[in-house]
Amino acid sequence: MTPQTLSPLLSILPILPLAGAAINGFFGRQSSKKTISAVALFFCGAAFAVALVVAFSFSSADAPYSFPLAHWIRSGSFSVDFEFYLDQLSLVMLLVVTGVGFLIHIYSVGYMWDDDGFYRFMSYLNLFMFFMLTLILAKNYLVMFIGWEGVGLASYLLIGFWFTKDSAASAGKKAFITNRVGDFGFLIALFLMIKHFHSLDFTKVFEQVHTWPTEAAGVGTLTAIGLLLMVGAAGKSAQIPLYVWLPDAMEGPTPVSALIHAATMVTAGVYMVARSHVIFEHAPNAMLVVAIIGTLTALFAATIGIAQTDIKKVLAYSTVSQLGYMFMACGVAAFSAGIFHLMTHAFFKGLLFLAAGSVIHGVGGEQDMRKMGGLRTYMPWTFLTMSIATFAIAGFPPLAGFFSKDEILWKAYSSEYGSWVFWLIGVTTAFITSFYMFRLWFMTFFGDYRGATAPDTHGHSDHGHGHDHGHDPHESPWVMLGPLVVLAFLSVVGGWVGIGGRFEHFLAPVFQSGGEIAAETGEAASKVTEYILMGISVAAAVLGFLLAWTLYISRPQLPARIAESLGGLYKAVSNKYYIDELYAILFIKPVIDGSTDILWHGVDQGAIDATVNNTATAARHVSDEVRHMQSGNLRSYAGWVAAGGALVIAYMVWMGVR
Amino acid sequence: MIPLSYYLVLSGILFTCGVLGFLIKRNIITIFMSIELMLNGVNLSFVAFAAHWHALSGQVFVFFVMVVAAAEAAVGLAIIIAVYRTRETLNVDQVNLLKL
Repeated sequence: MTPQTLSPLLSILPILPLAGAAINGFFGRQSSKKTISAVALFFCGAAFAVALVVAFSFSSADAPYSFPLAHWIRSGSFSVDFEFYLDQLSLVMLLVVTGVGFLIHIYSVGYMWDDDGFYRFMSYLNLFMFFMLTLILAKNYLVMFIGWEGVGLASYLLIGFWFTKDSAASAGKKAFITNRVGDFGFLIALFLMIKHFHSLDFTKVFEQVHTWPTEAAGVGTLTAIGLLLMVGAAGKSAQIPLYVWLPDAMEGPTPVSALIHAATMVTAGVYMVARSHVIFEHAPNAMLVVAIIGTLTALFAATIGIAQTDIKKVLAYSTVSQLGYMFMACGVAAFSAGIFHLMTHAFFKGLLFLAAGSVIHGVGGEQDMRKMGGLRTYMPWTFLTMSIATFAIAGFPPLAGFFSKDEILWKAYSSEYGSWVFWLIGVTTAFITSFYMFRLWFMTFFGDYRGATAPDTHGHSDHGHGHDHGHDPHESPWVMLGPLVVLAFLSVVGGWVGIGGRFEHFLAPVFQSGGEIAAETGEAASKVTEYILMGISVAAAVLGFLLAWTLYISRPQLPARIAESLGGLYKAVSNKYYIDELYAILFIKPVIDGSTDILWHGVDQGAIDATVNNTATAARHVSDEVRHMQSGNLRSYAGWVAAGGALVIAYMVWMGVR
Repeated sequence: MIPLSYYLVLSGILFTCGVLGFLIKRNIITIFMSIELMLNGVNLSFVAFAAHWHALSGQVFVFFVMVVAAAEAAVGLAIIIAVYRTRETLNVDQVNLLKL
């Protein structure tokens, strides 16, 4: 198909979910729940269908397509237009976002059915899809920024969906404000681009970057832009030091955690870094920083995940950790590996969250894994799909996670930007990942059910549902299980597209358009190394499985003793290394104190209010004195008049004399 | 021919009488008459200057002052009657409700 026929399809693509959001947002309150779900699913499904049509008519030979939609900013020689852009990278993102998004829409219908805010929820989800599609399809950084901010808004609305709950409202604010810190970096990067390249268009910026020398040492313009972009990506994709919002974002309904805080939105940072790969390739120092941040985040978040007891919190830290992998890949110039992991992660992490949601649904809103257990007999389908996802994220072949994670680890080792240090930390993280995922799996599905079955188990922590609790855990309805099964299928086969480097090959035109990528590693010796490393990472996954099995199945009293013997370290880990507390002391307290003492008491009360009040007081004091002239006595008035007249005459005489 | 200074001295005397009466007297009607005296003192200087300089504007001004004075007399006397009806006095020292 030619670009001319694709163009209308692409331009309506983001509009579809927006229409759904508008219809449900404006009329949802009066509509029946069936109508609301029909509208939401139709528009999201239509977007998915259009994405499929686009994908089938996409031909790599013609790519990239670009579709100008409207003029936007014209200022002298600088111009920014509303333009969409489709290449292999945005196509992959497009399919992942609309596909996984559509599945999660279906799931949400079942999950949120009993909630009073059903129409609001579906409307927000559609709104999110609109902004996410804008972000993906943008042809310049400014349109991308619209989507970037928009998904942040949708995320804020959905985290704080149960806004009557204080913790949810605070979590929404925390996410929004933390993201502002990152957006600040992103914006400054855009300003630098405008200053140096006089454009924000991807193509134009990258063309000019190609003509610049690679900044091998020191911090030049490109390194600065790269680092600032990374600040933005760290905010959106929850990397050190801005990751703190994501675990709290679990206050939102579980489908939101799955869609926004696991599968799609949080990967926007990875997408943005991959999109800006030309800049990073010309700024190796910035890329090194990306790799270090990614690697550290992967390890750091994984260790926190070990000691969490809330099922969603474990998955949240797991998401942070997996995003760290993606940034590690980007940091060693293995952008396609990063995007590959982004895709498989969307499948299995979306599935994990949805399955966790199904578990939470089934046990009546309980999120604490210590009160679960033995659920595999109660909810066989959830158990089956969640098992697939768990094995996938742990990196067992031939599931999806194995291929993408292995690709990243191999690139971390072999790329010219890579190092064995990255690889070692990566494998360690893979081991920890496998351990905490199987810990979750065993605690949730094996052993005996530890939840109370008495009628007073009202654990409304994640559920707005008005279930009458108390009976045994039950399997979820098919509208929820359907998406689980589809995602489970994708979690199995999703990695196969990467066999033989096919996925990398597909994305190659994007990532090789300018700078050279790490040299092809076709030699036999490196193939052997690759297989050895692959064996080690699989071994790490198996080891994690065995350790979890030992600790939580065969010798269940052991974890408590280990925790006891580790003492302070365990306490630090289970309290997330006190990072929130540290930030509270380092940043939040100074801001609050500064606002209170300087801005409120100092500037506002001391300067602004004081000016107004003192003027009024001064006027009153002067009037207090002057009003004595107004005695009410007519003859004293006459005296004042005469005296005034005399003064005037005296003045005039004096002037006349002069 | 009477020199201009005579008129001006007379005008000054009239005006000073008016001011003194205005300041000293307590009866509101006397005060009112003192004001008229001041106005006419000024009028006298106007016509004196007009005659001296052969300029008509001074005389025109006098007509304006007379009109204002007439209007003032009408309003002022009305106020005086109203004051007398309510307070039963014409002593301004006792008409002091606005006093602090």
